[in-house]
Amino acid sequence: MLENALRGDKKYWGWIAFLLGVMFVGLLFYLHQLHYGLGVTGLGRDVTWGFYIAQFTFLVGVAASGVMVVLPYYLHNFKVFGKLTVLGEFLAIASVIMCMLFIFVDMGQPFRIANVFLHPTPHSLMFWDTVVIFGYLILNVIISRVTFSAERKGIAPPSWIKPIILLSIPWAFSIHTVTAFLYSGLAARPFWMTAILAPRFLASAFAAGPALLVLLCLVVRKVARYDVGREPLQKLAVIITYAMAINVFFILMELFTTIYSNIPEHLAHIKFLYLGLEGNTRLVPWMWASSILAVISLVLLINPRTRKNETVLAFACVVTFLSLWIEKGLALVIAGFIPSPLGVVPDYWPTIPEFLISMGVYAVGFLVVTVLYKIAISVRERLAA
Amino acid sequence: MYDAGKIIVGLVIFLLLITAPVWYNAASGQASYAPHLEIVTDAKACVAPTDYMRTSHMELLNTWRDEVVRHGEREYTAFDGTVYEKSLSNTCMGCHSNKAEFCDRCHDYMAVGRPYCWDCHVEPKGGSQ
Amino acid sequence: MSVDRRKFFKIAGLTALSLASKPAFEVFAEGVDPVDSTATIPPPTTQPTGPLTAHRWAMVIDIHKCMAEHGCTKCIAACHLEHNVPDFGNPKDEVKWIWKESFGHAFQEQENEHLHEEMKHQSVPVFCNHCDNPPCVRVCPTKATWKREDGIVMMDMHRCIGCRYCMAACPYGSRSFNWRDPRPFIKEINPKFPTRTRGVVEKCTFCVERLAQGMPPACVEACTAQAMTFGDLEDANSELRTALRERFSIRRKAALGTNPEIYYLV
Ligand code: HEC
Ligand code: HEC
Ligand code: HEC
Repeated sequence: MLENALRGDKKYWGWIAFLLGVMFVGLLFYLHQLHYGLGVTGLGRDVTWGFYIAQFTFLVGVAASGVMVVLPYYLHNFKVFGKLTVLGEFLAIASVIMCMLFIFVDMGQPFRIANVFLHPTPHSLMFWDTVVIFGYLILNVIISRVTFSAERKGIAPPSWIKPIILLSIPWAFSIHTVTAFLYSGLAARPFWMTAILAPRFLASAFAAGPALLVLLCLVVRKVARYDVGREPLQKLAVIITYAMAINVFFILMELFTTIYSNIPEHLAHIKFLYLGLEGNTRLVPWMWASSILAVISLVLLINPRTRKNETVLAFACVVTFLSLWIEKGLALVIAGFIPSPLGVVPDYWPTIPEFLISMGVYAVGFLVVTVLYKIAISVRERLAA
Repeated sequence: MYDAGKIIVGLVIFLLLITAPVWYNAASGQASYAPHLEIVTDAKACVAPTDYMRTSHMELLNTWRDEVVRHGEREYTAFDGTVYEKSLSNTCMGCHSNKAEFCDRCHDYMAVGRPYCWDCHVEPKGGSQ
Repeated sequence: MSVDRRKFFKIAGLTALSLASKPAFEVFAEGVDPVDSTATIPPPTTQPTGPLTAHRWAMVIDIHKCMAEHGCTKCIAACHLEHNVPDFGNPKDEVKWIWKESFGHAFQEQENEHLHEEMKHQSVPVFCNHCDNPPCVRVCPTKATWKREDGIVMMDMHRCIGCRYCMAACPYGSRSFNWRDPRPFIKEINPKFPTRTRGVVEKCTFCVERLAQGMPPACVEACTAQAMTFGDLEDANSELRTALRERFSIRRKAALGTNPEIYYLV
């Protein structure tokens, strides 16, 4: 199967070379970070998690969202997603790999990572997060391999895979729930300590992930002339619409509770995000951009006429993805630390090395997606011919 | 066999290459070199029998580390009855104060790499090589 | 002494052999140090130096005594010298075990516009609260930080993977991370205590290494105003308990349920 990834035209190889280049730059800066320490990032004593952990959190969502195609297909026998499931699973695999790399680059002592397994600590949610994310990767690799090679041979997948697929459905929910618990269980950080953090995470994930999948399908249609068809994208669009609407609703609920109850320690973080605090307005333009994008997204998605137009849908997906990335892949983590529990307002912004290392990790993810999609499409084209 | 001759030549070259360090050492007379270790102390014995120390001092250090840091047990009764503080910098290096010509020299000779402990634990004045 | 390579391996092999028989020997020799399986163990020759022990270590800080020494930083200097705490000169990389925080920051919920003049403008020493219910311990994925039986929240820098989850969980900002190599920024190295390396978290340990030698924490010893009282919370007759009985005390963010064990007398 893998040989399919080694056949491609100039554009394909150009893209691969570009990704390898970005990975290489990222690696160089990572070596610098190893040598100097995490001080090369914008992080400091007060803001101890930043861009890396935010990307991790966001991508756990993308990984979990694979369930949005798996669930209808396997649980409701929704045949329309037939062509899509493996693409969803491959996207999940790539996302989980990126998640792991983001955790790895964020560690102060990466070579001691085995300690998490040598000294298992059930009262730590970080331990459980590692376990469920590893498990999710293994599940998805097994499932996509088995079902796809059955498809290639033109036979039905073996029956033992069905229970594994069913297991992967609650598992997908669990990875994002546990990731939310990582934050929402901390009494020290009022901004995160909210019971709807996990539901919020799931809602935003089920909007952002499928939005990315729609975009990937459109790209694939254009560059590889492989068409998953119009209907599955329309169905995904409906899922995105509901998830996005729920996400916005949840955010409004958070805002109401925080603002109306008026507890200073809770309110301060919201002020920092939307108005700025003690002159620190780092995230204010971003947050307003995210809010405006969210409104545009909802308008375009809820209106059936715009949603059913594929060009507009593509635009709506970009808008949705950006809005949610700002909210979760940038603001959520940083705002938890500003102000600090002592009421100090520190500043944080990713540095160039931090950004390039992150881009390197993203390049790894894109490489995995590209190679896996290439294999899937080549095999299917041969089957169709 | 297609090209038995070529394969054999290839294998010989491969074997020569992977055993190169051995030949290199033999040629340069390195193999017969044994390091002279500076123990620097009037004491007659180490904290455990010399044979044990030679092969397993890292295990002893790891045990000390865990007992001190994790269990708060800081005293060590040696095989000869002497009581020592379980401490890398304050005990081992008290007797082996010449780190460069003791620890480092042996580690270099055995090519095991220098332990990272000295990133944190302070080495006695006189430093490494 | 010198060993040549062959002799070395011979000895190493023999030792390995004798070590392999170690487990069998241990069955019969419980309590015998496995290091030497042949020698008989004579009783220790020196007496232990008498470490300080307690059921529950805690500290009381008299804010008034402390504030009377306007801007005194003796406790900080003593602690940071003892533990090789670096001074980076910038707040981003900063590492600190004990420091002075304005009353309003240390006790946010106690702040008000018409606060006592002294409290308004002065600061109090803050450091790890050695909570009875420490959130940092709860979240640590490797047990690199844990609560000892005597209540001290200890840190194992050998095991820490540098994930900084404990720093996110601590409501007091008591923990510091080594964002870069601290060695060049330590003015005067105390050779008796290890420095740290980039990538690990550190904090106050109530001077466990000093307690083991029968000495009180460095900050307590350095405080000439005697504003810091260190003692056993479970000993009803201790100076600490007497102070708590006689004066009104507050704790930082006690409402969070962490049960901090540093008490401030106001
Ligand atoms: C990140 C810094 C760091 C590194 C690296 C490190 N240590 Fe330590 N070590 C410490 C600290 C801090 C203590 C606590 C000292 C105390 O409480 O007295 C300690 C204590 C110890 C102790 C007991 C007390 C003493 O004074 O020695 C031993 C033994 C020890 N370490 C061994 C090692 C060994 C062996 C290595 C290398 C394999 C190592 N350490 C690497 C920081 C470090
Ligand atoms: C009381 C002084 C003393 C202390 C403390 C001490 N040593 Fe030794 N050590 C000696 C002496 C003396 C010898 C040589 C013994 C001999 O020649 O049989 C020795 C031998 C050794 C050897 C074997 C060297 C060789 O010849 O191959 C090693 C390894 C060693 N020590 C490591 C350590 C370590 C590690 C520590 C701390 C855990 C330590 N020593 C503490 C005195 C000491
Ligand atoms: C006789 C030779 C010899 C001497 C002397 C010696 N070592 Fe070693 N040491 C070794 C060997 C060999 C290893 C590697 C063992 C292995 O890799 O299994 C080692 C490994 C170690 C390790 C473990 C390294 C790791 O990465 O886990 C530590 C710590 C260590 N030595 C400390 C010391 C200290 C401290 C001294 C000086 C007081 C010392 N050694 C002196 C031979 C020696």
